[in-house]
Amino acid sequence: MALNRPIAPLVHGDHSVRGVMVKVLYALVPALLVYVGFFGFGILIHMVLAVVVAVAAEAVMLRLRGRPVRPFVTDGSAPVTAMLLCFALPPLAPWWVTVVGVLFAIVVAKHLYGGLGNNPFNPAMAGYVLLLVSFPLPMTTWPVAFTVSGEYPGPLVSAAIIFLGPDGVASWDAITGATPLDLMKTQLGLNQVVPEIAAHPVFGDFGGKGWEWLANAFFLGGLWLLYKKVITWHIPVAMLGSLFIMSLGFAALDPGSHPSPLFHLFSGGAMIGAFFIATDPVSAATSPRGRLIYGAGIGILTFVIRTWGGYPDGVAFAVLLMNMMVPTIDYYTKPRVFGHGPQHGPEHGRDHGRDHGRG
Amino acid sequence: MSTRTGDFPGGLHLDGHKTPSSGRAVETMPVPPLLVFPLHQHIGEPALPVVEVGESVLAGQLIAHAEDYVSAPVHASTSGRVVAIEKRPVPHPSGLPAECIVVEADGEDRQAPCEAPGDFETMDLSALRNRIREAGIVGMGGAGFPTFIKLNPGPGGDIDTVVLNGVECEPYITCDDRLMQERAADIVSGALIIRHAVGAGRCVIGVEDNKPKAAAALRAAARDGVTVQTVVTRYPAGGEKQLIKILTGREVPSDGLPLNAGVVVQNVATAAAIFHAVSEGRPLISRVVTVTGPGVAEPRNLEVRLGTPVADVLAHCGADTAAVRAVVVGGAMMGFAIHDLASPVVKTTNCLLVDAVADDADQPQMPCIRCGACVEVCPQLLLPQQLYWYASVRDFDKVQDYSLFDCIECGCCNFVCPSHIPLASYFRFAKNEIWAQERERQRADRARERHEFNQARKEQEERERQERHRRKKARLKDPPDEAAPADSKKAAVQEALKRAQARKEGLEAGTEGTEDRG
Ligand code: SF4
Ligand code: SF4
Repeated sequence: MALNRPIAPLVHGDHSVRGVMVKVLYALVPALLVYVGFFGFGILIHMVLAVVVAVAAEAVMLRLRGRPVRPFVTDGSAPVTAMLLCFALPPLAPWWVTVVGVLFAIVVAKHLYGGLGNNPFNPAMAGYVLLLVSFPLPMTTWPVAFTVSGEYPGPLVSAAIIFLGPDGVASWDAITGATPLDLMKTQLGLNQVVPEIAAHPVFGDFGGKGWEWLANAFFLGGLWLLYKKVITWHIPVAMLGSLFIMSLGFAALDPGSHPSPLFHLFSGGAMIGAFFIATDPVSAATSPRGRLIYGAGIGILTFVIRTWGGYPDGVAFAVLLMNMMVPTIDYYTKPRVFGHGPQHGPEHGRDHGRDHGRG
Repeated sequence: MSTRTGDFPGGLHLDGHKTPSSGRAVETMPVPPLLVFPLHQHIGEPALPVVEVGESVLAGQLIAHAEDYVSAPVHASTSGRVVAIEKRPVPHPSGLPAECIVVEADGEDRQAPCEAPGDFETMDLSALRNRIREAGIVGMGGAGFPTFIKLNPGPGGDIDTVVLNGVECEPYITCDDRLMQERAADIVSGALIIRHAVGAGRCVIGVEDNKPKAAAALRAAARDGVTVQTVVTRYPAGGEKQLIKILTGREVPSDGLPLNAGVVVQNVATAAAIFHAVSEGRPLISRVVTVTGPGVAEPRNLEVRLGTPVADVLAHCGADTAAVRAVVVGGAMMGFAIHDLASPVVKTTNCLLVDAVADDADQPQMPCIRCGACVEVCPQLLLPQQLYWYASVRDFDKVQDYSLFDCIECGCCNFVCPSHIPLASYFRFAKNEIWAQERERQRADRARERHEFNQARKEQEERERQERHRRKKARLKDPPDEAAPADSKKAAVQEALKRAQARKEGLEAGTEGTEDRG
């Protein structure tokens, strides 16, 4: 009789792409709660919209590309992209901002580059940057934390603003204001010094009011991902470490025109970037050493863009710029192969020695 | 990464699946009615039969002789009559039948006279190695490399450490564990012989720290400087390179052998076989096999005569052989499936894993998401995702740039891949393709050389013919002076002789070329 011929290994770990994605979604929950707590229901509305659009776009693209739809649509990668993008959008931005951003992320940044696993750029960040450069006004109209404004946009108000626009919302001016990073940048540009600026009510203990808690929540989720081995420490540590060191150096030299390292770490996209964006495996460097370089590059570029660039936050641009560097980084950080001896460089890879078995 | 002694990079913590069989003492399986002895149970050239169909043989009698250096003789494992020498199914990943000697047992199990027991310490080293060679001993951990070769470091080989591999890191397998518990003294005696043979000072037996009983038994039996060292329970700690790293802190050079790190590694079962061969004059005719997996009701370790068909072993373990769906030889991580239950147990058969199916068989393969999980677990510090990428697009230069041939096919990367990519299979495939290409290239090279040689010879003959012609014409035109004829005649004879000689040599070289790789 014919025997089956299973191929070793016959045992496997319980890892799956979906499992990884689901864990990332879980890890985002604390941040989502904090976000809703401080900035209202807008983000939830955008997220529902974003996930629906993302999954639909994913399905259509898979069909067009002739790929099996089911396993891919259910792999969870599209919802993760959608949710990460929503954390970068102003929660009361018009609905079409999300639709355009998600479509660009999924259709162009992901599928036109070959779909899951082949996209050189982080789709969420590509979508965000497209929106930022195309629609600067809605993309920079941010609400301030309700602890500052006293106004909490509930579900109905949020939905009305998102789908109908802010006209007729009496408190619109109270709700919106500059983000801490934005304020810091514009005020420094007006020759104010950091301690003066930090006296403004939007600033909290080390970041912005509300924002610093959000950063804490991302940090928490990130630690959980580390614990669950979904991500490794290399990228977060390298990115936050380099951002910390850069900002510490400049703040020590000139505290008047450079905010503290803590402000840098707990403001804007630093935390979500370090744990959720830069660690996106598809678009990041692969070897442990490569990841250290990649993460450090993002941290340094973030600081440079925030300090001297044209945008208040630099994480998205830094990630995309380092995405471009990945092939080069990967090439020069091939680990030393076991048995190749430290004396040999990374290029010493060729040999024909068959392995000698075991025993 | 880690360069400490006692550890190796990467690896996995695997569930054991060992308890069903590890608690049971080794039982001896009765001799089956029909035994099949493949002539090729080792790495190297097949042995050549020295018996004929119809001949009677005794247990332990030589039935196939090792002609080449890298080869191992085969012995009958019971008494009976040779009924066939033909191609039969054998346990090999290819599933191709191979030449076997088939013996019908007479049920009397009469033993051939053993070689006189020897004292290894007074034996001449080459006699000692020869004895191990004649006993047909090959690596019993699964690789099947003829053992005596490893015991012959040769000039330049400077071995200071003997490592005995008692690390059974594959899930399910327990035969070495039991052997260490039950026959520790034999193993230690074997270790002493190996140490003596290679002139090493140090001898360490490495045992995983999840086998306390085996370690204790070995410690109790250890003598004359043989030490027992427990090692981390992390797959693949039993890989030769990994074990050497753990026990000595040395790395076997990528293109080298353990002996380049001053180490010789032998599996514990091989050591016991060496002891039996040298001190008792017994050739290798049986081995302990773990029979386990979902398809056997009672997993156990059996001492099986070599040549016993797998079907008989399974039937002995109470399996309904008609219902068996799959048998993997070796472990769940690195084993291979046999194509036919008629395949026999051979010298390298350490485990029969019955009806184990891949536990993620229903998971679809997804694209690589470059998560790097495979990078972290690779004990050889390779970049499996890059290897996979280049192997899947058949870029065989690039896979070699990424050190494909350093892959030990341990399957760790495969195990952790969230996209369920059968990475190890891709690497096996790429290696086979490259070897096939290499063979093809060599064949083409030889054909071309042969063609060029023939061409050159024809041209040479043509030149010579023309030369003769020219000289003849010249002679006719102006006849030579008186003194010359004798000289030129002599020279011409000399030249003709030389030409004939050269032609003969050339021809020989040519035919040799063809025979070599026919
Ligand atoms: S584990 Fe699988 S998905 Fe992850 S990088 Fe390796 S091959 Fe790609
Ligand atoms: S199978 Fe090869 S590439 Fe994969 S982990 Fe083992 S040695 Fe590394």
